Formats: sequence, C-alpha cells, structure tokens
Amino acid sequence: MKSIYLDHAATTPMHPRVLEAMLPYLQEQYGNPSSVYSLAREAKNAVEDARKRVAQFIGASPQEIIFTSGGTESDNMALWGVAQANRGRGKHIITTSIEHHAVLDTAAALEKEGFSVTYLPVDGYGQVQVADLKAAIRDDTILISIMYANNEVGTIQPIKELGQVARDHNIIFHTDAVQAAGYLPLDVDRDGVDLLSLSAHKLYGPKGVGVLYIRRGVKVANLLKGGGQERGRRPGTENVAGIVGLGEAIRLCQGKMEERVERLRHLRDLLIAGVLAKIDHVRLNGHPEKRLPGNAHFIFEFIEGESLLISLDLEGIAGSSGSACTSGSLEPSHVLLAMGLPHELAHGSLRLTLGEENTEEDIERVLQVLPPIVQRLRDMSPLYKQRAKVSGA
Amino acid sequence: MYNEKVMEFFMNPKNIGEIENPDGVGEVGNPRCGDIMRITIKVEDDRLVDVKFKTFGCAAAIATSSMITEMAVGKTIKEALALTNRSVADALDGLPPIKMHCSNLAADALHAAIKDYQEKSRLGV
Repeated sequence: MKSIYLDHAATTPMHPRVLEAMLPYLQEQYGNPSSVYSLAREAKNAVEDARKRVAQFIGASPQEIIFTSGGTESDNMALWGVAQANRGRGKHIITTSIEHHAVLDTAAALEKEGFSVTYLPVDGYGQVQVADLKAAIRDDTILISIMYANNEVGTIQPIKELGQVARDHNIIFHTDAVQAAGYLPLDVDRDGVDLLSLSAHKLYGPKGVGVLYIRRGVKVANLLKGGGQERGRRPGTENVAGIVGLGEAIRLCQGKMEERVERLRHLRDLLIAGVLAKIDHVRLNGHPEKRLPGNAHFIFEFIEGESLLISLDLEGIAGSSGSACTSGSLEPSHVLLAMGLPHELAHGSLRLTLGEENTEEDIERVLQVLPPIVQRLRDMSPLYKQRAKVSGA
Repeated sequence: MYNEKVMEFFMNPKNIGEIENPDGVGEVGNPRCGDIMRITIKVEDDRLVDVKFKTFGCAAAIATSSMITEMAVGKTIKEALALTNRSVADALDGLPPIKMHCSNLAADALHAAIKDYQEKSRLGV
C-alpha cells in the first residue's frame, strides 16, 4: 500500500537537493563562522549567501535577516522582544484569536507581565476585518501581530491592508508567514511588514531553522544572552548546515513558484470537489478563494476527527484534525471556535494539506477511501441517527 | 499511540447499534466534549442478554464501548454494576493517560442503562 502524505502544513519532506547542499557543512566544512581561519570563512560565506537569498525572497536587506531555531522562536522574539524594547512607548498589543500558539502563548505571557492584549475576532471564513483592527488601535498600542495565512484552515489575511493601517498609525507590524512562504509572493515593503517569521521545514528544508526579519530601526530585545552572532541579536553558534538548507530550499521554491502553486491548486480543487460531491453533511472550512493552494479543510458532521485520522492512517493516508483528541487538550481547535463553529462540529474536522510529491492518483485514492470510512463512523454514531430522524420528520 | 488491542476493537467493534424496545437506555458524555456513548440493554431473569452501543468519539471511545458490551453480555445486573471504567481499560491492555478520563466512559454508560432499567421496573413500565 502506497502511503500518501497529506500533512504538509505540519511539515514537509526535505528536498534531496537541500540535503545535498547541507551535507558538506555537516562534514568537512565544520568551521565555526565566528573564527578567523579559512575553514571558518567558508562557513561564514555559506551563511551569508543564505542570508542574501532569504532577504531577496522577501524583499529585505541581508542585514535585516536573523536566523533562529524556527517559527516558534521567531514569533516569540517578535512579540516578546518588541514588547520589552518598546514598553516605554506603550503596553498595548493587538493580535488575533486564530494565531499559532507561539504567538498566542507569548501574548498571554506578556499579559501576565502587565501588557494588555486585544485579540481580534475573525469572520466565518477565518478572515480578520480591517475595520476591527482600526477600532482596536489605542494611543498606547506598540505592536500588531497578524498571521499571513492560517495554518489550520488556510485562510489568507489581507496583510497589505492591515499593514497599511499599522503604518498609518506608526505601529510596529509583525506577521507570521510560516505557512504562506513558498506559496504567496512575500514583499515586506509592499505589505508594510516590520517583522516576519519564517520556518525552513515547511518549505522542504530542514527542521530546527527559521528566520525573523527585523526592519532596520525597529527595536527588539534579545531572547537569548550570549555571543555577538547575528549582529548581536541572536547569540549562539550558527546552525550552519540548517541555514544552508534553508537557503537552498528557498532557492528551489522560488524557481517555479507560480507553476507549483497552480499544480497544487488544481489538486486541491479536485480533492475539495470530490469530497463535497461524494459525502453528504460535509462542509469546507476557511475561505473559498483566499486560501493557501494546498489546504483543504473539512467538517464531517456526526463523527469525531481522531477516529477519522486513525482510520485514514490504517489506509496509509496521513492528515490532521482540530479535534480535542488530537490537540492534546480537552478543547477543539481555537481557530475553528473563533470562526464560530460549535464544539460538536469542530471535533469532526479533517485537514488535508497537499505538497510537491502528491499526484492526481493520490487524490483519487483519498476519494475512494474516505467515503466508506466516514460512513462506518457515522453508522456507529448516535448523533447520525438522531439527526436523520429529525430531518426525516 | 494506541496498543494493538485497542486498535483491533476500534477497527472491528462488536455489538454496534441499538436494541429495539430496549429494557434500558444509558447515554453519557456530550457533543461539546467530543464523546457520546449510548448503550441499550435487554434484560432477562436479572441477566443482560443483549447489549449494544452507538458512540461518537475517538478511537478509545469506540474501543471501550465495544469492550463493555462484550464484557457485560451474560452478566447479572449485580455483576455488570461491578464493572468499572478502569476494568474496561485494563481489558484493553491500557489506554493512553490522556484518554483515561475523557474517553473512558463506557462503564458509566452501561450503569446509566441499568439504572434506567431498574427505574422502569420499579415503576412497572
């Protein structure tokens, strides 16, 4: 049985060329970039090449790129660092109710330190309203943090418009672009973005490396204390191989972005159309058009997400769910609840996120396997019968 | 995440459905928390002669539901009341710790069905 990986929003397989680019820096090119001999210079040059690549990818200068351990560190540094360095100007932060926990939990920690945080609501599609942002701004607002595209339902935010509002009010604007990178063209000047988080492993790069873009002049306190690496902003010996891998991953995805995106969109639309046609009592979550090209997110009524995922796994298909059982808590996904979905529906969610290696045959297989799984679970569900009775009456 | 026995009971559960004209019905959990178990029982001479379940929930919820029905059939009311959520989990060779309280409600559902039966018998329904 061929296994089909449909969880690219969680992580992606590393591209063979990325590994190839990294290997020398895990072996013979082991120099510490901070040292003075030629071995070190090789490593230093490799890091700086990757930095230029990342800068060009998002329309920034190399000096504005800080390498981190990943999206979580970047988000933590953006929120905590801006809050600490700018607390003299005010103690109010605006974010949204659908951010990644790296943002939400940092915001909650700042609240405990005396900052006040406004969590913007979203509409039924998971979009933030520009008017809501305008209304939330106060005299003491120092930071706005809004994700570029949502990791669960794939909804893309109107970042340019939101960034303009931040700019008009002279407020620092951070966006978590971890899910958007590689699928949407990023441009920090066009979008009015002052800080931006990226992660390599969502882009067919290695795990454990990410980026925080910090616009020149924006004050950000360090999370870590130590050496003078990354222009003194992020101490610690550079993850040279990881950074090289990130640079190569970006080079690869930049090359044919439109073509890749078009192909993914085609596969995703086949999947969505097929699921909606073959299964009843199902709905698509997130925005119908303004969504990431590889994201399909469904609610299957009357069943629970984890049992669906495990059944799919037994068929070799890997997906994810926002049900409480898979979130490690007793609450279903905060994103789905923020979009106004009732708990019982949020438990029945299935996220399938497509990637490079998926084919039309994969989609056909899912469309063949999924309907009987849903039916089997519905036949076991007390909700299904009750509801059928109601609608039949 | 789950052991083989739990997976076996999840994939091939026994006694799915609802008994027509049951002697007792028990339902526990709610859709909000993501687990609902509904158990129906048939009682003859103080013994459970048939037990069926319907469950909305995770793999653990479904496996424990199936397990309780198999454990309960043939038992006297008194014996069935002695079954606990813990004994159901043990019969499945254990559940992941996080599932012990949220999805391990099968004995509660059975007891609710028995209570319903006892209530009905007392009232002579």
